[in-house]
Amino acid sequence: MDAKRYDMGDIDIAWCPGCGDYMILKVLKQALAELDIAPENLMMVSGIGQAAKIPHYMKCHVFNGLHGRALPAAVAIKASNRLLTVIAESGDGDMYGEGGNHFIHTIRRNPNITNFVHNNMVYGLTKGQASPTSQKGFVTPVQVAGVILEPFNPLAVAIALEASFVARAFIGDQQQTKELMKKAITHKGYALLDIFQPCVTFNKINNYQWFKDNTYYLEDSHDVYNRQAAFAKACETEKLPLGVFYINEQKTPFEENLLAYESDKKALYERYPDLDKLQQLINSF
Amino acid sequence: MPKQNYSIVLCGQAGQGVQTVEFLLTGIFKESGLNVFSTKEYMSRVRGGMNSTELRIGTEPVRAYMNRIDVLIALDKGAVEHLSKRIDENTIVVTEKDFLPANFSHSHIDISFSKIASEVGNKLYSNTVAVGTAAGLFGIDVETVKQQVKKYFGRKGEEVIEKNIQAMQKGYEFGSDVVKNQKIDLSIVSSGKSSEQIVLNGGDAVSLGAIAGGCNFVSSYPMSPSTPVLVFLAQKAKEFGIVVEQAEDEIAAVNMAIGSWYAGGRAMATTSGGGFALMTEGVSLAAMLETPVVIHVAQRPGPATGLPTRTEQADLELVLYSGHGEFPRVIFAPGTLEEAFELTAKAFNIADKYQIPVFILTDQYFIDSNYNIPKLNAKAVKVDKYISKTQKDYQRYAFTKNGISPRGIPGYGEGLVIVDSDEHDTEGHITEDLELRVKMVNKRLARQEEIIAEAFEPTVWPSKEYKNLVVCWGSTYHIVKEALESLGDKHTSMMHFSQVYPLHRDTLKYLKQARQVAVVESNASGQLAKLIKLHTGFDIEKKILKYSGMSFCVEELADSFANLLGIGE
Repeated sequence: MDAKRYDMGDIDIAWCPGCGDYMILKVLKQALAELDIAPENLMMVSGIGQAAKIPHYMKCHVFNGLHGRALPAAVAIKASNRLLTVIAESGDGDMYGEGGNHFIHTIRRNPNITNFVHNNMVYGLTKGQASPTSQKGFVTPVQVAGVILEPFNPLAVAIALEASFVARAFIGDQQQTKELMKKAITHKGYALLDIFQPCVTFNKINNYQWFKDNTYYLEDSHDVYNRQAAFAKACETEKLPLGVFYINEQKTPFEENLLAYESDKKALYERYPDLDKLQQLINSF
Repeated sequence: MPKQNYSIVLCGQAGQGVQTVEFLLTGIFKESGLNVFSTKEYMSRVRGGMNSTELRIGTEPVRAYMNRIDVLIALDKGAVEHLSKRIDENTIVVTEKDFLPANFSHSHIDISFSKIASEVGNKLYSNTVAVGTAAGLFGIDVETVKQQVKKYFGRKGEEVIEKNIQAMQKGYEFGSDVVKNQKIDLSIVSSGKSSEQIVLNGGDAVSLGAIAGGCNFVSSYPMSPSTPVLVFLAQKAKEFGIVVEQAEDEIAAVNMAIGSWYAGGRAMATTSGGGFALMTEGVSLAAMLETPVVIHVAQRPGPATGLPTRTEQADLELVLYSGHGEFPRVIFAPGTLEEAFELTAKAFNIADKYQIPVFILTDQYFIDSNYNIPKLNAKAVKVDKYISKTQKDYQRYAFTKNGISPRGIPGYGEGLVIVDSDEHDTEGHITEDLELRVKMVNKRLARQEEIIAEAFEPTVWPSKEYKNLVVCWGSTYHIVKEALESLGDKHTSMMHFSQVYPLHRDTLKYLKQARQVAVVESNASGQLAKLIKLHTGFDIEKKILKYSGMSFCVEELADSFANLLGIGE
């Protein structure tokens, strides 16, 4: 399929020139095209933030909900119509800060959805405050003496929670990011792909060069099925590893475990209640 | 002449099985053709404390909480003291002598349930002895009692059934002997109809109504007193194809419900005031997305954690004003089990039709009160779906005359369904076009007229000709009704609102027709009265308010009506 099928034509995009989000958008369209996922079958769910605007810039179904709440909506959409390809995509503040509790419990649920998180270690939309992933010492108009909180480590948290697919990309490498996106989308179960993406306006520290200098790809010898090894890799901070950290193929997706589908495979919109059965239930009181 | 109705109160510690006794006796009395009502008050703990259940039986329907206790069955120490304010010389106290407080001045009927149970083989049968005793006191046919005990313990094996029947019979003999020897008259005439009827509580009625309305997705976080609805639907998830998920918090619960509706589900979240406070951002989201959502709020006293297991009607304003921004909504507050069934089912249709949040407002008293009613008709409310198969050029927010755009859902048709919590254009994409903004606000509000036209009419009872009018809403329906019945004043009527927002167009007409109007509300500020004043200009000055955490009882309302309206004797 041609990636142009997702193009919106001449639209006004709100991102700053040079923002990593442009590349993520481009690569995402390519990945989807290569996987042959039609816009009519693609469900993009996002929250609030610069990254959360991405569904508006491509042809697909869009649920642009509230700040931090992309995941609960995405879980419910997938559980209501299992045929949709559901991608929940937002920034680090949205997914790891405001939506932190949902991040934890969505991993526990293991729905068959993909979670892309644009991680630029700063808040863009609100103009430059610290994000949950900001590095210690990062100075902002609010964190005037530098960030004193420990940065949130989404990969370590996800592996600790036995997430079924955990990976990290750097958009500076578009080819690898595309491959990782494809792996995440085709993975059956919850898949987290944290994507390093420089913010050219509000983060002058963690820029393209910084990410280049401070990341490396996991060696071929890394065993993605070894949780201990994956956790150790996720905890590295000297240089930040990229690639697939962990895969657990033993888990059944959330919506396949639901009793609602045990004897009826239909999507919820196709269903009507069995009123004869309901009458029997009423009469049994 | 035998009495028309009796009030039996069972009291014991949490975890002692008061509910088992309640359940068995309710079934036994109902099968005997008597009308039954039961309601419980309990403490927020799993073991210990004092819990009581009031069970009323009547020749005619009994459906309201009353203060009077005719027979008190005290299962533990502290029970008599717990209820001392409701005991007088006419109360028959059935208990073990050791359970009485030192200063107890009334007589009692001495029975050791546990001793009799031990004689049968195990202290565990104490509750069944109590069941037998109560049945014996009221002269219920022993075979009916046996059948119910058998049914209840049916799955637990022959020995358990046999032992419980023995325990019941011992209690039964004791009860019958007391009536004979002490010349107590507890006779009651059966109307015979109730055995063909069903007994359920508010939680059951809301849940059954949800299924009838096509509910197929429930996401909630447990919170008293709303949890029974979540439990009920979870139990039926497989049978009725309902996706049930216990969310990590109420924020997730409401966002899931909205996500499901967006994707074609018919979803509900069930919660109480504190949990609903967390859901309010979702209410606003549903409004902006023009995506339906149904939320059941079972009220309990606040602020904050308040009294977790008690009752109040103080969250009307919370629900009414929940969610930032301006948008239409509908709030139902059923007064009867039939209404709870019908309006909950209807909530799904109304939410779908107008693409708005619809609330079902109940409370602990309503959720936990049981009585017999004729069998509900599963087909009383038709499931109306208002979704459209999309075309390629589909626009989610296309302008229409009444503001409601055809609601497509992803995967049904060729179009793309785009929704955004930001202000958006007709396609659903984010916009900052301020002229379009005004149009979109008007679009969201335009449906209000149709919503008002469809409002559920208040019940005016017993007559539309009256001098005095008692206004009430939600769970107080039967209490107000019985209080008025007891006064027998033909110039006084009740006006009960089962839809509290938006108010029915005839509200002012009914109010103006009365010489005197009083409002009854289980809150401290008269929230419905305030709402009525705001929307009709009519000021209800006479307010009967209660906010102790207990429901109104029939007697206190009758007294208040007599004093405030100068009616009755």
